[in-house]
Amino acid sequence: MVRKSISSYALGALLLAFGSSAAIASDEGSVFQSEGSWMVADVSTANTFNRNLKKDKDPNAPPPEDGIHDAENPGTHILQAPKESYVGLPTTEFGNHVDWVKALDDGLLNPRWERLDPTAEPFVLDLDIVRPVKASVPDVVFPHRQHTLWLECSNCHPAIFVPQKGANQISMSAILLGQKCGVCHGKVSFPITTKSCRKCHSKPKPADWKPPLSEATLKNPWK
Amino acid sequence: MKGIARHIRLGRVAAFGLAAFFAAAMLSGPAKAEYADVVINNYADAAGMRPAVFPHWFHRIRFRCKVCHADLGFKFKAGGNQITMAKIIEGQFCGACHNGEVAWSVENCDMCHSGIPGTPTHFHGSTVQRLVAPPYKGLDATKQVK
Ligand code: HEC
Ligand code: HEC
Ligand code: HEC
Ligand code: HEC
Ligand code: HEC
Ligand code: HEC
Repeated sequence: MVRKSISSYALGALLLAFGSSAAIASDEGSVFQSEGSWMVADVSTANTFNRNLKKDKDPNAPPPEDGIHDAENPGTHILQAPKESYVGLPTTEFGNHVDWVKALDDGLLNPRWERLDPTAEPFVLDLDIVRPVKASVPDVVFPHRQHTLWLECSNCHPAIFVPQKGANQISMSAILLGQKCGVCHGKVSFPITTKSCRKCHSKPKPADWKPPLSEATLKNPWK
Repeated sequence: MKGIARHIRLGRVAAFGLAAFFAAAMLSGPAKAEYADVVINNYADAAGMRPAVFPHWFHRIRFRCKVCHADLGFKFKAGGNQITMAKIIEGQFCGACHNGEVAWSVENCDMCHSGIPGTPTHFHGSTVQRLVAPPYKGLDATKQVK
């Protein structure tokens, strides 16, 4: 027997309450379907299928529908919709859903490097910095090339990073708190999500690499 | 008997549905705007203007980060630049371009002041905002087992 989650109740009730099914598509079937399939909700309304999962339903919503622009403001309707301008650009599964680096490399975009001079070119530094990671994930490669396509040395050096290999202490928790790489990644540049880990963690570990065992395991008295 | 039971259930279902609908309407609003949109509202609301909304995606198609964050001196901090209209009409910040030369000029108030009134200054879609729990803080050295 199929178990129904609260969300199908909610969808069903919406259909009832507003008498319109056009806007709401449910792949879980109708509320009216079968007897005895209400178990979750009959026990407690707290047991929704996902309590904390956040998903982008429409990641590139047009301004009047995006929840931060005021649809009553006439100017809002003149603003461009992201989807309209992203046509033809390479895609990703996170952030703006645009691969900004590839768009530059393929010559699809050429944003100005100087405010007034459209012909000025960036000073690109092609220098990769490998940061070995003590955890099982692949090591981090920081590529100067992709960064200096967009940014100037002074955007990072010395305020965010001392320009010396290994001199900066970086960790995932710092990044998630918006420090180090997290000053930009997770704000404007591609964000930190399961689908983007490999963009930074891109250098595979040696075949014989094993995660170090914690002290508590080595000295486990209950072993 | 069965019929009545179903009625009661549907009543309950409708109540849940409405609650879920309003919860969803409140939550899904802010969750949909474009990644990296910045709402700037240090002063706007207090002066009776809608908050300003700055679209990064739109500007980065036209300018590299360096133009604003190095040449024009925008600090990497939402709300951290104390932008005012006085500075804008002097040619600072947005006013370096929105001057009728590089981009449309400043009398188009409602192109920038387009935010929903009362929205606080924030960076939309940031990883920190989307976390289910606050960001993980690593064990500090003193608590780490050696
Ligand atoms: C480096 C130059 C530059 C700066 C600085 C700048 N803009 Fe712009 N902006 C532009 C250009 C160019 C356009 C496109 C104008 C056009 O379409 O004719 C634009 C367009 C816009 C648009 C309209 C986007 C659309 O959908 O058409 C908004 C809103 C906007 N800017 C807000 C701001 C705000 C707010 C600031 C300051 C926080 C700012 N801009 C700073 C150059 C700039
Ligand atoms: C997006 C930020 C960023 C930008 C922009 C950037 N760097 Fe770096 N740079 C780094 C990081 C991160 C490291 C590695 C530091 C570490 O390992 O602790 C680094 C390291 C360096 C090093 C040390 C290399 C070594 O082997 O010790 C030099 C030199 C350097 N950068 C020069 C530059 C120059 C020149 C520019 C401008 C053309 C530039 N960087 C732009 C982030 C940046
Ligand atoms: C000052 C801002 C800034 C900082 C700090 C920064 N990045 Fe970036 N990074 C960018 C921008 C801008 C891009 C271009 C792509 C984008 O916007 O998503 C980029 C792109 C990248 C790419 C290339 C993606 C590709 O598609 O080729 C990697 C890898 C990367 N960053 C890793 C890092 C790491 C690791 C750090 C920290 C050591 C770091 N970045 C710090 C701004 C930054
Ligand atoms: C913007 C680049 C970037 C992205 C995206 C990223 N990481 Fe990291 N990660 C780093 C850097 C830099 C370090 C520190 C490496 C070092 O020790 O020098 C690190 C370290 C780690 C570590 C070691 C523990 C620690 O905190 O130092 C783990 C585990 C890890 N990352 C997992 C992940 C996972 C899982 C994801 C995807 C959800 C991810 N990372 C996405 C840059 C990134
Ligand atoms: C290019 C974008 C842009 C345009 C056009 C613009 N503003 Fe602003 N305005 C801003 C930004 C950004 C702020 C800072 C918002 C904040 O921190 O609250 C601001 C702040 C303000 C403030 C509060 C701060 C202060 O200076 O007192 C008022 C009032 C205001 N604007 C009125 C206007 C009016 C009226 C117009 C049209 C004549 C206008 N703005 C056009 C971007 C713009
Ligand atoms: C047209 C100007 C412009 C361009 C181009 C631009 N930015 Fe911004 N950026 C801004 C403004 C305006 C703010 C908000 C500042 C404020 O509220 O005072 C901002 C804020 C930020 C912040 C602060 C986030 C936080 O923690 O609050 C980061 C990081 C950032 N930008 C990164 C970038 C990167 C990376 C690029 C290039 C891919 C870029 N910006 C391109 C104007 C620009």
